[in-house]
Amino acid sequence: MSKFLKRSAQGAGVPHEKRTSSLETVVMPLPSKIVLSMAQHIGAPAAPTVAKGDQVYVGTVVGKAGGFVSSDIHSGVSGVVDGITTITAPNGAVQTAVVIIPDGEQKVDPSIAPPVVTDLKSFQDAVRASGLVGLGGAGFPAAVKLAPKNLDEIDTLLINGAECEPYITSDNRCLLEDTHFILSGIKAVMKYLEIPKCVIGIEGNKPKAIAKMKDAIDVPGVEVKTLECRYPQGAEKVLIENCTGREVPFPGLPSDVGVIVMNVTSVAFVGKYLETGMPLVTKRLTVDGDIVKEPKNVEVVIGTPVQELLDFCGGLTDEPGKVLYGGPMMGNCLADLSQPVLKNNNAVLAFSKKWAHLPKETNCIHCGRCTNACPLGLSAKEIVQAYHDGNVDLLKELNADLCMSCGTCSFVCPAKRPLAPSIAQAKIMMKNGGKK
Amino acid sequence: MANKLIVTAAPHITSPDSTQKIMQRVCIALVPTLIASVFIFGINSLILTAVTVAACVFFEWAYCKLMGREIPVADFSAVVTGMLLAFNLPATLPWWMAIVGAFIAIVIVKQLFGGLGYNFANPAIVARIALAVGFASRMANYPKPANGIDALASATPLAVSGQLGAGQYVTLLLGNHGGVLGETCAITILLGGIYLIVTKVISPMIPVTYLATVAVLSLLAGKDPIVQLLSGGLMLGAFFMATDYVTSPTTDKGKLIFGIGLGVITCAIRFLGTMNEGVSFAILLMNLLVPYIDVLTRQDKLGIAKAKKEKEAAAK
Repeated sequence: MSKFLKRSAQGAGVPHEKRTSSLETVVMPLPSKIVLSMAQHIGAPAAPTVAKGDQVYVGTVVGKAGGFVSSDIHSGVSGVVDGITTITAPNGAVQTAVVIIPDGEQKVDPSIAPPVVTDLKSFQDAVRASGLVGLGGAGFPAAVKLAPKNLDEIDTLLINGAECEPYITSDNRCLLEDTHFILSGIKAVMKYLEIPKCVIGIEGNKPKAIAKMKDAIDVPGVEVKTLECRYPQGAEKVLIENCTGREVPFPGLPSDVGVIVMNVTSVAFVGKYLETGMPLVTKRLTVDGDIVKEPKNVEVVIGTPVQELLDFCGGLTDEPGKVLYGGPMMGNCLADLSQPVLKNNNAVLAFSKKWAHLPKETNCIHCGRCTNACPLGLSAKEIVQAYHDGNVDLLKELNADLCMSCGTCSFVCPAKRPLAPSIAQAKIMMKNGGKK
Repeated sequence: MANKLIVTAAPHITSPDSTQKIMQRVCIALVPTLIASVFIFGINSLILTAVTVAACVFFEWAYCKLMGREIPVADFSAVVTGMLLAFNLPATLPWWMAIVGAFIAIVIVKQLFGGLGYNFANPAIVARIALAVGFASRMANYPKPANGIDALASATPLAVSGQLGAGQYVTLLLGNHGGVLGETCAITILLGGIYLIVTKVISPMIPVTYLATVAVLSLLAGKDPIVQLLSGGLMLGAFFMATDYVTSPTTDKGKLIFGIGLGVITCAIRFLGTMNEGVSFAILLMNLLVPYIDVLTRQDKLGIAKAKKEKEAAAK
């Protein structure tokens, strides 16, 4: 009610479809090859450090971070480099990729050992070496996130276990299966960054995960917060507002309000890495969709071609219409099934042509649902109108660039208008100073 | 096969709600009142409603056909307009006048401005006003209730409200008095309104603020607020006409201002003007202000005000 008359921010009651939530994670056998994109994170792409014919092991660095905001890429298999190639990402970007043919022996790189962490600096270095990027989907290099400029002002570590996207249950499985790693990761971050308080936010549709997490907490300052099931509960700014009551200024970062947000899977990886020293080479994914024969939660080597992953899940029962990296609200469409699994993927969903069919767009009836649903208080219909009119000044006044493309406006629109994609175009137009 | 995948921008799912379903729900919400009007004014009300609905759908179809536009009849919006128009007419109105009303609503107010979503005012309200001005005597010829319980003769209660006592509340609730066919029975209108609120078709903000404003101003003016709330077109207007998406503000703040404005204008016309009824004009006048209200009542965007404040503070 504090937001009454200020901003409705109702969000959307998206379907849950969490039918894989009780399926324990299974480990997928080695694929026939892995394709490691050098751009699996926000920031500068990594540069390949291997050449065709090189022998690599599990954990060997094959791509070196290309700058401060970047990340190393490691091999998840032992085998021989087949070559350096290019792949086309879902957004059309052409990326360099290292292709490795596994030898099946899974020999671990001799340099792999638990990192020696004694202070903040060595902790940050360890995270940097681990190749961790934001696993909730954004792929922001974790080492950068854990080195905020105003470290002494950070008082809350927020762990994002909302998992508000339909279908995806990999974070839920992480909460249930890697509970101790989540806790050890949280403790490490709290200790080295000297953060006194930690809140783990989980949507109420994961009662088992909430109970297990609550039960496992053995240190003061850490609490679980049950969140309402309202998309996009897991969006960073929304989560911060709902867990701490703080509004992240725009433009600004969570650290501006004293918060660092990490996904549960990211923090669990930190815990695991400190124990084993094995960099980020595997990922837990939910494989689901109306044409996936055996929906599963799968632990898979990063770089596995999606086709092989789908084959492992019994294959498809029908010709695929859309195959997504991530959930149906924010996920990207794959152009073809040879695309590899990326670090920041948390699901691969395959749907039939019938499912992929979107209803026809009709006239806007000014019902205001887009405005009242927007978690950030934006007025989608006005932004889209301003975009069509080419009115950049109005776009600025409407703060179109605040939009995080969560898709809530498009989802709730009864006229089925593609509002979110139009706003994305509007943002580009703002940057270009008026050119569409 | 591998390169035949569909690639579109997210999101890939949409809510099951559609314009058509919303309009159908409004029709459903109007049905109890239609049934009540048949009990009160006889079968004529049903026939008149059928005539206006058929005329509205026909005009929508014919106009779009003529203009080479896509035929939007399936969205049910013309049906809603037809029902609401009939509800604003006395059951005795000649059919041809009702058809003129349908023409005004659909062709002049709605289609000439671009069709669904582009009309500047509520089509049914404008049609009612046009008919009331053009055919004043026939539009004010409120029939007696057909079931013989002649509580208030033929005049609308607002015209004779001096004669009303507290004992007449029940009559007003049941709608057993003279008036246009869809505005007399407060109970069924309320029922339909609650259905629309529960199914989230409308927000309670406009009806609640509208009715509350009228109640408060009635008290201040020394009138019986319950009589004021239950008579005339207020209930129908508050729940069904003022909440029309196209011609009402989108934000809660905007709806609050809209509702209060409606209440003030309605009471001003009722208490100070020479006309008995002010709901139609109140809605029309406030409809015209909606574009301005919308611009002035935008929501606070997350993090924007704060960033601005900090910037200003830094500038100092």
